[in-house]
Amino acid sequence: MSPFQIIFLIVAGLTLASAGMVVTARRMMHAALWLVLTLLGVAVLFATLEASFFTAVQVVVYIGAIAILIIFAVMLTRLNLQEDEPGVNRFAWLAGLVSLLIFAGLVAVLSLWTGFNTVRPTFAGEDIIALGKAMVSANGYAIPFEVASVLLIGALIGAIYVAGEPRKPASKPESK
Amino acid sequence: MPGFWQDPIGFIANLLHSLLIGWGLPAAVVDVILSVLGAGALAMGAMLFVIFLIWYERKLLGRIQDRLGPNRVGPFGIFQSFADMFKIFTKETITPQGADVIPYNLAPILAVAAVLLVWAVIPFGVNIMGANLSVGVLFVLAAGGFGELAIMLAGWGSNNKYALMGGFRAVAMLVSYEVPMVLALLVPVLLANSLNLNDIVRAQTVPFLFTAPVAAIVFFITQVAESGRAPFDVVEAESEIVAGFNVEYSGLKFGMFYVAEFLHAFTVSMLFATLFLSGWRGPGAEQIPLLGVLYLMIKTFLVYFIIILFRGSLPRFRIDQMLNLNWKVLTPLALVAFFMTALFDKSLAQLGVVGNDLGAQVIRTLVLLVVNGIILWLGERWLSQATRPVRRDVRLTKPAVVDRYPGAK
Amino acid sequence: MIPLSWYLIFAALLFCVGLFGVMARRNAVAVLMSIELMLNAVNVNLLAFWRYLYPDVQAQIFVVIVLAAAAAEAVIGLALIISVYRRRKTVFADDLTLLKG
Repeated sequence: MSPFQIIFLIVAGLTLASAGMVVTARRMMHAALWLVLTLLGVAVLFATLEASFFTAVQVVVYIGAIAILIIFAVMLTRLNLQEDEPGVNRFAWLAGLVSLLIFAGLVAVLSLWTGFNTVRPTFAGEDIIALGKAMVSANGYAIPFEVASVLLIGALIGAIYVAGEPRKPASKPESK
Repeated sequence: MPGFWQDPIGFIANLLHSLLIGWGLPAAVVDVILSVLGAGALAMGAMLFVIFLIWYERKLLGRIQDRLGPNRVGPFGIFQSFADMFKIFTKETITPQGADVIPYNLAPILAVAAVLLVWAVIPFGVNIMGANLSVGVLFVLAAGGFGELAIMLAGWGSNNKYALMGGFRAVAMLVSYEVPMVLALLVPVLLANSLNLNDIVRAQTVPFLFTAPVAAIVFFITQVAESGRAPFDVVEAESEIVAGFNVEYSGLKFGMFYVAEFLHAFTVSMLFATLFLSGWRGPGAEQIPLLGVLYLMIKTFLVYFIIILFRGSLPRFRIDQMLNLNWKVLTPLALVAFFMTALFDKSLAQLGVVGNDLGAQVIRTLVLLVVNGIILWLGERWLSQATRPVRRDVRLTKPAVVDRYPGAK
Repeated sequence: MIPLSWYLIFAALLFCVGLFGVMARRNAVAVLMSIELMLNAVNVNLLAFWRYLYPDVQAQIFVVIVLAAAAAEAVIGLALIISVYRRRKTVFADDLTLLKG
């Protein structure tokens, strides 16, 4: 077992354990904090894949923004009564069974694929400049990039409208 | 083996490497040990430096406020920080009842860690760096995100509604101020064509303060806001919300938050010096890297001095004034500066004014200086009304006549 | 040293844990958190394929788009949940039965 493999197993095990805690924790705040740990573990896995750009972007976007948003939402939708009740519904056993079956099916189908056990090839290194150029060049991926930014603006405006303060009808001032 | 003056870190690393191999350890373990030693030395150096910083700030604030500052504990009060340290170490740490144990204890650790992480990517000299990441600027942003998480955890874990509200306000402000910070951070990246901090320093034959003054101003203001310093004190306004998110912390845990705040201000100054004041560059810094460290420290202290001046002389902003400033002034300024810099820089590159020699850089600096001046002038004309105080309309009105006895004559 | 299969199995496992969370959790915010787990598993899968088989910029663009779409969807989902909570004072998915035939 090389040190790299040990590190991978430890990080992957930690991430999966935190993910398990996310889906079973009773108190929502704890689930949110376990989610932060899971996202951090995934960022470390990106680093083991030598995708340094995505490690940083994962931490900045997911942990720095989405996780904080989820924590805000947890705090704004809190009712003290709900912390004692179980976090999963009546059909949790069925859900567990289905997930297990799907996992087994995925692994079975993938292991039939010839490329399943490819060894890591040598790698020229991640080229950020090529990524940047591809995102904005006309015969690259400029259109998906622009569509993604329109999607984000739509989400921004929609969220402000949906979750904004309910507007009171303006009352006419008394005057005598 | 490189000489000590040309490559101090390499020299020491080689020395320790041969020493440890001589003791019989395998090479992989030696590498890990050396990395841990290096990281530990950097972190220890930063923490020990805070002692000096706290003394410096208190003396300077005292002078601004027409008093002497600490002057009893040792000549000029230089041992005052040690006295404070001993006091904080020996204070009892009281955990509030009902506090969530893990977030409550994790928050001060995360706060200090978030600041120390940034020290790993700052270039102190030509080859004195923690980690030469190709995405250094993104790493700095990521570390800032951890700091916000720490404040959130502190506010939540204290089981105190004032701490929670303080945490909310703080995180809302910090997340809003990240937007112009990222845009202003992109301008030196654009001018240097790289996200690597060492490349950005190397590209500054003319410091970027002159090439991108609008971005420098926006970056400076947002970073002062991000570290929760005056005038953006809402995060821990002592006179308003008790102490905000760290009201329930005492003893060493509060000491950690305190250290994190001072270190954050210093780290912000170091970042500004690296990105806009050409970092470790100076006469002779290429040959003798330790001179580069000296130059960086001089520039950093200059910026830190200005930050302390801000603290001593400006009153605190209200939260709505801060958000107004952020969304209506800083974000448009940063956006326009980014667009215009991109436009003119790439047009100049098309015209052939490219390269790292002084002549091309001076031409680029002059052109962009003119552009930034126009942006600042237009910004002052069009955006300043967003920060004008809004007066409520309190015209004298006659009170509405209430008919108490309707129907009576 | 680490074959591709390890990353694929990890991603499949993370995906199935998220799937269990989506189907079994009562709180709507927890369902959203599980959706984020699933999207992260997809990202790990994509980057593993990028590293091992196709070191091209296409896979990286795919990951960027997935990241942006996940962010947008989390924002809107949470805004909707907060809006529903304001009106109906409940955040459990089982209690939202107005449209039930």
